[in-house]
Amino acid sequence: MSLELVDFQILAAALFCLGLYGVLARRSAVMVLMAVELMLNAVNINLVAFSAFRPISMVTGQVIVIFVITVAAAEVGLALAVIMRLYRRRGTVNVDEIDLMKG
Amino acid sequence: MVTTRNIVYGALFLLVSLAGVAGLFVVLFAEFLALVQLLIYGGAIIIVILFALMLTRETDFSIATEHRRWPVAAGVSLALFGLLASSAVSDSGQYNSDRRSGIGIEELGTGLFENWAVPFEVASIVLLVALIGAIVIGRSGDEEDGGQA
Repeated sequence: MSLELVDFQILAAALFCLGLYGVLARRSAVMVLMAVELMLNAVNINLVAFSAFRPISMVTGQVIVIFVITVAAAEVGLALAVIMRLYRRRGTVNVDEIDLMKG
Repeated sequence: MVTTRNIVYGALFLLVSLAGVAGLFVVLFAEFLALVQLLIYGGAIIIVILFALMLTRETDFSIATEHRRWPVAAGVSLALFGLLASSAVSDSGQYNSDRRSGIGIEELGTGLFENWAVPFEVASIVLLVALIGAIVIGRSGDEEDGGQA
């Protein structure tokens, strides 16, 4: 049995939903960031799968994956800097204890 | 990974998942992306996350790591998975697997530097700005923290 496109789609959907659960349910900001990485990877799987299963060879999907990886790296660097700053100021990285803007 | 009590184990499981995604890229004839995935995610991002975990070590990491309303999150995730999986299955007949076509590294590089040259430069500027911003934000001993500049 060969791998079909729908297999990759279901796997990417599962990975995305696991990441969504991590973003919604975890309290540690670092864990939320890791779950966001998982969701970005699910999107990358979808892009590469659609690019590979096209009858005509098209490079666009893989190029977009490169850009997604670039933006993800930039996002991780910035977000971890913000988390470190927050930890030094507040002494916690739990997202539900950071309520500076609560009215 | 998203349910582990110990967050360091969570980071290592994330490394395993990212390596698995790199394997999927190999299966899908995207060898260059697999390499990039291993280098950037497996090499750089995991190291940075582990550093952040080390520097923000808390005493109560192992207890109360989830919200009280985590069943809501689980329900939302399961519902979204059902929606996505059913929609993927329902129109799965449009693509057949015997016409898969690989993309070589030459083709990828040509496309990247001819059709996508301007977005490539913008991405490099984004990386540079993010790097400088991370250094500025993460610098220790700032004025408003009460320390010296």
